[in-house]
Amino acid sequence: MAEKKNVSRRDFLKTSGIAAGALVGGGIIGGVIGANTRQDGAAPSGGEAGQSGGGGTTEAVRGLQFFKNQQEFAVLQQATERIFPEDDLGPGAIGLGVPFFIDHQLAGSYGENSREYMQPPFAEGEATQGYQSRLKRNELFRQGLQKMQQEAQSRFEANFVDLEGEQMDEILTAFQDGEVEMQGANAQFFFRLLRQATLNGAYADPIYGGNQNMEAWRMKGFPGHRPSYINEIESEDFVEMDPHSVGDMLT
Amino acid sequence: MATTLDKVDVVTVGVGWTGGIIAAECAKEGLKVIGLERGQERSTADYSMVHDEYRYAIRYELMQDLSKETITFRNSRNQRALPMRQMGSFLLGEGLGGAGTHWNGQNWRFLPYDFEIKSMTDDKYGANKLPAEYTLQDWGITYDELEPYFDKFEKTAGISGEDKNPFWGTRSSEYPTPPMKKTPLLQKFETATSNLGYTPFMMPSANLSEAYENPDGQQIAACQYCGFCERFGCEYGAKTSPEITVVPTARETGNYDIRFNANVVEVMKEGDRVTGVRYYDTVTFEEFIQPAEVVVLTSYVLNNAKLLMVSEIGEMYDPETGNGTLGKNYAYQILPGASGFFDEQMNVFMGAGALGMTIDDFNGDAFDHGDLDFIHGASLSMTQTGSRPIASNPLPPDTPSWGAEFKKASIENYTRTLSVGGQGASIPHRDNYMTLDGTYKDAYGVPLLQLTYNFTDQDRALHKYLTERAAEIMQEMGAKTVVGRAPISDYDIVPYQTTHNTGGTIMGADPNTSVVNNYLQHWDMENLFVVGAGNFAHNGGYNPTGTVGALAYRCAEGVIKYSQEGGSLV
Repeated sequence: MAEKKNVSRRDFLKTSGIAAGALVGGGIIGGVIGANTRQDGAAPSGGEAGQSGGGGTTEAVRGLQFFKNQQEFAVLQQATERIFPEDDLGPGAIGLGVPFFIDHQLAGSYGENSREYMQPPFAEGEATQGYQSRLKRNELFRQGLQKMQQEAQSRFEANFVDLEGEQMDEILTAFQDGEVEMQGANAQFFFRLLRQATLNGAYADPIYGGNQNMEAWRMKGFPGHRPSYINEIESEDFVEMDPHSVGDMLT
Repeated sequence: MATTLDKVDVVTVGVGWTGGIIAAECAKEGLKVIGLERGQERSTADYSMVHDEYRYAIRYELMQDLSKETITFRNSRNQRALPMRQMGSFLLGEGLGGAGTHWNGQNWRFLPYDFEIKSMTDDKYGANKLPAEYTLQDWGITYDELEPYFDKFEKTAGISGEDKNPFWGTRSSEYPTPPMKKTPLLQKFETATSNLGYTPFMMPSANLSEAYENPDGQQIAACQYCGFCERFGCEYGAKTSPEITVVPTARETGNYDIRFNANVVEVMKEGDRVTGVRYYDTVTFEEFIQPAEVVVLTSYVLNNAKLLMVSEIGEMYDPETGNGTLGKNYAYQILPGASGFFDEQMNVFMGAGALGMTIDDFNGDAFDHGDLDFIHGASLSMTQTGSRPIASNPLPPDTPSWGAEFKKASIENYTRTLSVGGQGASIPHRDNYMTLDGTYKDAYGVPLLQLTYNFTDQDRALHKYLTERAAEIMQEMGAKTVVGRAPISDYDIVPYQTTHNTGGTIMGADPNTSVVNNYLQHWDMENLFVVGAGNFAHNGGYNPTGTVGALAYRCAEGVIKYSQEGGSLV
């Protein structure tokens, strides 16, 4: 994984010395953190949050670490957005940075299956035996996205990204139901992977590049990294708290 | 080729709960102990930034590197076994503390019924209650015999709890610390189960309700209810783990060393004795032989069995004939339960791994099975372990699994869903067993362990009955929609279920039907001990660690006794 710095949240919390006794004030610290949280959904910039020390012009630049072809990335953007769309609750996959998250993950150990057993011989097996393809995740993703584009051409004679939402859903559903032929893998598995990767990117800590400004956590009511709930755990009422990132702990 | 090191009194393979307990007890007695741990050193300081669901829970930061070693799996003997290429159904640990680092901390003693399950079932229901292919057997030890060891483990771990369960065995002393906080969500369960005539009690927890010093002088902190236990290490040292208790206890004696990055591949033997172990340094790939007076296998269930198999110690179980013991009685766990959808938002993201309330009214033989087509049952609990947003997307029936409707429903219900879940007993079956795989190998050229496993009719009946009870409780708790868990069909190694694998190196009173005696001493090799959940002759209706801890203390006593007297301990 790349260690991209989320500049907007660099300032604060020197909680490296974690003693249980110091945690009683967790809720108060949380309030301070909340005050620094951006609400505008824009890409983070080092500006007003200050404290970057070097004139405050460190703009976080986004780019692709795995995909080389912009069309494939565009298909990924639209596909993830259909899985987790923007609505009145808040941003969807694109607004949350999910496609970038997936791109970055595919460039690293996740995409390379480097902590998984990839020794031959490969055989198809039963569904209950799990993933048996020789394809690594990054190979599977590329092929899957290319197949989505091909499906768009053969079904609608158009690029996937130019389809109506319902048409994209029809193609995604065909993958979900295993109706699309893939090489060395099956479409159902690819769809499950795509869906899970989308949720990972939406709800993972923003240090990974998705869940921009923790908007997905806000929608869901999850406060992210909080050192302690010992003062709230017995509350009869639902406790709303502004979220914060585990990245905030780095001093 | 291999470098032979200086002989020690005791070598343990793996340093989790069992390896740590053996080390602490033996080192206190003056024995020189070496722990070989294939993973790395780690401590509370390594968990300071652990509140990261993606890294730890989804990407398995603390778990075994499957590229080096996994298992193969098939549902039945007529299938081709294939490797478990990705982690799923259960999570194999790695590194100091093992699964004792990433556990939830739910700490139980198996029931008196569990240890004498065959005799007690036959006495009450006749010998044909279950068909003959269920290879049920007694454990060769009783609850009362094991009680002092349970007591000792609970004191080491500082377990928080209350002795209010009428169905469990008699305790010789109170829990070392009082129960955790009874939160408003747990009170819903308490009220509902009381209304239904059951007896709810606070789950025994290794997330401590208050700071505690154990009899060895180790400090365990008080739980902060941060909601990150299972799959995580504790940044407070408040979830009792080997690395904050038994490991430092062993080290403080001066008689204990741990060698990290040491992956054992063989137990060496000569005649009817073992002489030590052979291992690889996983960094340099150098090969070493560590000679020892006593070898104790203290790794995970699957690896303990594998090491005996590759070292050709004991007779392999043959499902065709029923002969042999090594690899026999592999069991898992059956997970009945029900979810309930509520109108009000609840603090589901707060909690702790063992923050829960339980009833045992449908566990063991607490209820009559005369008219039922299964034995045993499950503890039914409601836990507030801290729901996290990637993994927790509860959906009412007929909701799509993606798209606009999915997003709304999963967000809406994240804070409005509770569940009652059972840890259901798993009864061994002739066709569920472990052996060595003939095709696939690990990074050291050693065959992978092969697992043949499927759910049985007993499992399906237990699951159905207990799911109905869970749903009734959820109804009584006032959920607007109650959804029981879907009936189980074939076991699927893909979705996470539970890391409560058991069996394969079972204990017993008879060398013809068990691998080790009730000191966990190998029947064929008197200076070899094998300890862990692999000793369970079946799996009970609880999480296994409390019983594993008790067996480890029993084993430690055996090792010490053997070192003084030699010979078979039974």
